[in-house]
Amino acid sequence: MNIVICIKQVPDTAEVRINPETNTLIREGVPSIINPYDTHAIEAGLQIREAACGKAVVLTMGPPQAEAALREAISMGVDEAVLLTDRVFAGSDTWATSYTLAKAVEKLGADIILCGKQAIDGDTAQVGPEMADFLGIPHISYVRKIEEVNADSIRVQRMMDEGYDLVESSLPVLLTVVKEINQPRLPSLKGKMAAKKAEIRKWTAADIGAEPEKTGLKGSPTQVRKIFAPEARKDRRMLGGDAASQVESLLQELRGLKCV
Amino acid sequence: MRIVVNADTCTGCETCLDSCPFTSIVMKEGKAVITEYCQLCRACLGVCPEGAIREVADEGELPAGESTDRGKYSGVWVFAEQREGKASSVAYELLGAGKRLAQERGTHLSAVLFGGSDAGAEELVRWGADTVYLSNDPIFAHFNDEPYAELLALLIKEHRPEIVLAGATPIGRSFFPRVAAKLWTGLTADCTSLEIDEATGDLLQIRPAFGGNIMATILCPDRRPQMATVRPRVMKRGEYDKDRKGEVIHVDARGLSSRTRVLDTVKEVSEVAVNLQEADIIVSGGRGLGDPKGFKMLAELAEVLGGSLGASRAAVDEGWVPYSHQVGQTGKTVCPKIYIACGISGAVQHLVGMQSSDIIIAINKNAEAPIFNVATYGIVGDVYEIVPMLIKKIKDVKGY
Ligand SMILES: Cc1cc2nc3c(=O)[nH]c(=O)nc-3n(C[C@H](O)[C@H](O)[C@H](O)COP(=O)(O)OP(=O)(O)OC[C@H]3O[C@@H](n4cnc5c(N)ncnc54)[C@H](O)[C@@H]3O)c2cc1C
Ligand SMILES: Nc1ncnc2c1ncn2[C@@H]1O[C@H](COP(=O)(O)O)[C@@H](O)[C@H]1O
Repeated sequence: MNIVICIKQVPDTAEVRINPETNTLIREGVPSIINPYDTHAIEAGLQIREAACGKAVVLTMGPPQAEAALREAISMGVDEAVLLTDRVFAGSDTWATSYTLAKAVEKLGADIILCGKQAIDGDTAQVGPEMADFLGIPHISYVRKIEEVNADSIRVQRMMDEGYDLVESSLPVLLTVVKEINQPRLPSLKGKMAAKKAEIRKWTAADIGAEPEKTGLKGSPTQVRKIFAPEARKDRRMLGGDAASQVESLLQELRGLKCV
Repeated sequence: MRIVVNADTCTGCETCLDSCPFTSIVMKEGKAVITEYCQLCRACLGVCPEGAIREVADEGELPAGESTDRGKYSGVWVFAEQREGKASSVAYELLGAGKRLAQERGTHLSAVLFGGSDAGAEELVRWGADTVYLSNDPIFAHFNDEPYAELLALLIKEHRPEIVLAGATPIGRSFFPRVAAKLWTGLTADCTSLEIDEATGDLLQIRPAFGGNIMATILCPDRRPQMATVRPRVMKRGEYDKDRKGEVIHVDARGLSSRTRVLDTVKEVSEVAVNLQEADIIVSGGRGLGDPKGFKMLAELAEVLGGSLGASRAAVDEGWVPYSHQVGQTGKTVCPKIYIACGISGAVQHLVGMQSSDIIIAINKNAEAPIFNVATYGIVGDVYEIVPMLIKKIKDVKGY
């Protein structure tokens, strides 16, 4: 069983704050981490490998620094790592990212591909399903439990708004996983040693046979026009005075809104 | 293409640092430097008071990929999601948003309904659709990504709409990416606002990113259709007109197949969750309440107002209220008429779940708390002083 786990290195958004005076992001010293959802994908991959034998490979597309994320994945127990890094990949939106990842997955060969539900920087949740379409294979999103893996099929629980669906698929398949699926393991001492020594394969666009016009900024249909901080409400009113008069003013407003 | 800082003109003022959502501009020896984390999003262009940040072309750069002929595309489409034959409420919200966009573009509005009935299609017409593409093929009895994506992509190729929207629900967010992949077009996830650019007619797709820390406006200038998923409960429904007439077109779904199969559908709805999302008034509490007793007090306020009880994650993590009450990025997205935030600081992860409420009332000890940025009415004060007084007054008015 060949398992490929796609991970992304992201800034830790929990650490990103807005400066209330300037309304800009305070990002000083924001660390890079493995996208939290992807650590659950790694854990799921390791569990399948342990149950079914085979090989688990982590794959990321990113700048050379993303190597750190791959080494962390190896310390958790993943067998091999591939870094897709090339200047032409810069500026990829989800379309170009999933095209590029799909080319690499084709080269690796995979029975099960695991992605996180979404990356916490962009929160798009699109790369997994788009990649599955490029690969011409089925996918199941929001997997919260893998019930059974067979040689040529898989059965999982897919989280929906009002519960879950029990879904079966043929292999190869791509799954995107939610946090509820498992508790990611911590790196072992042995893993950490392996991570230090591991050789990380680095592939460029040419190595995976990606068409340059479908990668990076060129292959990306979407453009970010503008980025801005969420605005403060313009109609805000602070209710002043002592507590009694504050409550009185609020009561007036609630009456105005006809809810008292 | 690359973005570079001209070291000769950079004064080291650090203005550009905060413009980069990817932390890719750093200071080195008193000058700004763009590192390899740069995603070419262009957010920094123009912020430098000295004009030291520029876009430069790389040598031998290829001509841009062939763009689609925009002139051949017209019409706004919304995907009307259904489960068990019942259209979900986001379908009607999309019709409201789609109608407005179609009017601005001077074009028509269509809905696509897979797995629904003729009656369901007529209902979409009454909510504003001019045309409904309907398939009630048995393959759509359950949600499977492949046939959904396959048939929608086929219809889009045939009819060439310029804008195609779906709800940012587990269904929309799962199969829409496959459609975009097939059509080599852009897809913007989880939009909270959609507008038309007056100059170009392009769709401006506005969405939160970085867990809601920033907002981004996304465009798809060269390819068609422009596709987006739209967050539920953000757009307003349009007008319902029981006499409205439109065309229902039955589409052929023969030959579609699916390699995934839904064996069972299991419901696990907690009453609270449903109540929260349908409540007109939500009284929500955070860590500022200090202990579970505070929530008894808020529950009473909710009761006298006829509302439901919400909470921040901090309060849920403390174990004061069950998770089903949590509002925010990892909880529920709510859009009540009135949201009363008590002892909640207003972290972005909380704000993304409630900031589209019509009226937001914030009660917090700390005048600097970010919750006041989104508040309609702000009270700087102690919840334990304000809320009991408020409950009493409301009871007086209502004559308990
Ligand atoms: C990935 C991720 C996802 C998250 N998802 C969510 C989510 O879905 N929902 C969510 O809510 N959070 C979420 N969070 C957590 C979020 O970042 C904040 O930590 C959380 O919202 C803070 O809750 P709080 O406002 O109740 O607590 P605090 O930030 O501790 O604020 C307490 C507030 O109460 C005020 N206060 C104290 N005493 C009183 C008093 N007596 N009277 C009046 N005011 C008082 C204080 O001034 C303060 O402003 C998430 C975080 C991460 C990293
Ligand atoms: N650059 C990348 N390299 C590897 N995997 C990625 C990359 N971007 C996204 N993914 C995968 O796709 C998932 C969804 O990402 P997104 O669509 O960006 O929210 C992530 O959880 C990863 O598993």
